[in-house]
Amino acid sequence: METKELTCIGCPMGCQISVDIENGTVVSVKGNSCKIGDNYARKEVVSPMRIVTSSVAVLSDKNAHPSNEVHYPRVSVKTASEVPKDKIMDVMDEIHRTHAVAPVKIGDIILQNVAGTGVAIIATKNS
Amino acid sequence: MNSYDVVIVGGGPAGLAAAVAARDAGCERILILERDSELGGILNQCIHNGFGLHTFKEELTGPEYAARFIDQVRSRNIEFKLNTMVLDIAADRTVTAMNRQDGMMSIAAGAVILAMGCRERPRGALNIPGFRPAGIFSAGTAQRLVNIEGYMPGKRIVILGSGDIGLIMARRMTLEGAKVLCVAELMPYSGGLKRNIVQCLNDYNIPLLLSHTVVDIRGKQRVEGVTIAKVDDRFKPIPGTETDYDCDTLMLSTGLIPENELSRNVGIDINPITNGPFVAENFETSVPGIFACGNVLHVHDLVDFVSEEAGRAGRAAAAFVSSQSDDITNHKVVHVITKGGVRYTVPTSIDIDRMTDSTIVRFRVANVFQNHYINVYIDDTRIIHQKKRIMAPGEMEQAVLKKSQLQSFSNIRNITIAVESE
Repeated sequence: METKELTCIGCPMGCQISVDIENGTVVSVKGNSCKIGDNYARKEVVSPMRIVTSSVAVLSDKNAHPSNEVHYPRVSVKTASEVPKDKIMDVMDEIHRTHAVAPVKIGDIILQNVAGTGVAIIATKNS
Repeated sequence: MNSYDVVIVGGGPAGLAAAVAARDAGCERILILERDSELGGILNQCIHNGFGLHTFKEELTGPEYAARFIDQVRSRNIEFKLNTMVLDIAADRTVTAMNRQDGMMSIAAGAVILAMGCRERPRGALNIPGFRPAGIFSAGTAQRLVNIEGYMPGKRIVILGSGDIGLIMARRMTLEGAKVLCVAELMPYSGGLKRNIVQCLNDYNIPLLLSHTVVDIRGKQRVEGVTIAKVDDRFKPIPGTETDYDCDTLMLSTGLIPENELSRNVGIDINPITNGPFVAENFETSVPGIFACGNVLHVHDLVDFVSEEAGRAGRAAAAFVSSQSDDITNHKVVHVITKGGVRYTVPTSIDIDRMTDSTIVRFRVANVFQNHYINVYIDDTRIIHQKKRIMAPGEMEQAVLKKSQLQSFSNIRNITIAVESE
C-alpha cells in the first residue's frame, strides 16, 4: 500500500490530507474536514491535471495593425484544456519552439496536439 | 474645454466595468483615460488562468477576462484615450491630462471615477541592507517583462514575499527554464491562495520558507546572492540562522499600495488602513461627484469582485450626473465601524435613503480565524450571525445589508461589522 500526502486547495483551511492507495485504487482519504477535500484528493492522487499557460513570440506584419495601439512581441497562450501534470515540461518544450504569426485572435490554435496530449495550444489575447 | 458626463481614470478591469455600467445606466458621454498603450490594465500580464469564475462561470486567463470587458466597451462605442496621463483632478471635477496627439487638455466631468489601481511596494520600502545591483525586480515588473515584452529577468531566482504574484512568478520562471531556489515569507503564514501554494510551489518542489526574510544582498553590478535568516515572533532576524543563496535575481512580492496621488491632491480623505479613499455605499469619496473602485480603493484578490464593485460605482456615477440637484442633506447616513478582528470595511458609510435594495460590505480580517462568526450589529442589535469555518487575511469577506432591514430601525448611530468567537 502507498500513502500520498497533499494539501487541499478547496479553501484557506488547506487541510493536510493523506490518501492510501492500493493497486492504483484509493482505499482511504484522511485529514480532510469536508467533502471538497475528499473529492479533490481522489482526483489529485490518481490523475493530477493542470492548465498550462505561457506566451509565444509573434512574428508581426506591421501593416496588419493600422491602429495606433502598440503591439508587443509576444502573445499569451494556454492549453485548451487540462493536461497531465507530468507532461507540463514537455508541453513547455514545444511552446518554446513555437511562434505565432500576426494577426492573432483569442482562441486561434497556435499548436495542435501539444506533446502528444491531444490538447491544442490556443491564443488568449488578440495581437 | 471638452466636457463629458463621466470621466474614468484608468482602463483596467475597474475602469472598464465602471464605463460599461455607467453607459448601461443611461450615460451618453463617457471617456476612459488610460496611461498604457492598451486597455486591460494588469490583466494583460496575468496570463495564468483562474479569472472569472464568479462573473462568467468559467476559468479564463487575465487577457481573456479583460477582452470580455474591452469588447463590451467597444460595442457600446465608449470613448477612450490610450497613452494618456492624468496629471490633476480638481474638486470641481476638471480633469487635466496629456498625451502626444492632444497635448495638454482640460476636461470638464459631470462625475469622475478613480480606477488607477495599485503599485508594488518597492525595495526602498523594505529596508534590506546591501548594495543596489541590477537584478532586483518587483514580481509584477518581472511578470510584465516575461509575459508581455519577452525578456527573462534572470536564471537563478530567490523570491521574497509569498503574495499571489510572487507564487505565480515562481511557477512562471520555472516553466521558462529558470531555477527558483526558494520563496521566503516574513509572516508565519502565506498571504497567497492555497491553490497557488500547491500549484505554483509544491508542483515544482519550490521551498516556502515561512518566518524568514532577506537580510543581505550581495553583488555590486549584478545580484550575486542573498542571505536569508529566520525571524522571531517580532519579525527580528535570529542570529545564527543565516543561509546564503547564490542567485542572480531577487524578486519582491511584498504587497501592493493603491496609487492615490491624484486622490490626495484633490483632497479626498484616505483610509490609512487600505491606503484607498473612504467611500460611501455608492463608492463616492469625500469629494462630491468623485467615485473610486478597484485596487485604488482597496487591494482585491479576485478580479470578479473588482468588476462587481466597479459596476456599482459606474451606476452611482451615472445617477449622480442625472440627479445632481437632488438635496441629500436630510438623508439618513450611518457609519460602518469595525470590531474584533475586522481590519477595515468598504464602504465606511451608508446613506440609507439613497442605497439600493441591498449593499455588500466587504472587509478583511487581521488574522487567521477558525470557527468564528461574522456578526453585524445595528447599534446593540445583532442582525447577522454567520459562522465561518475559516477566515484569513488573504481572502476578502463580505456581509450583505438589506435596505428594508436598515429602514426598520429608527435613529441608527452605527453599523458594526465584527468577527467574534460566538
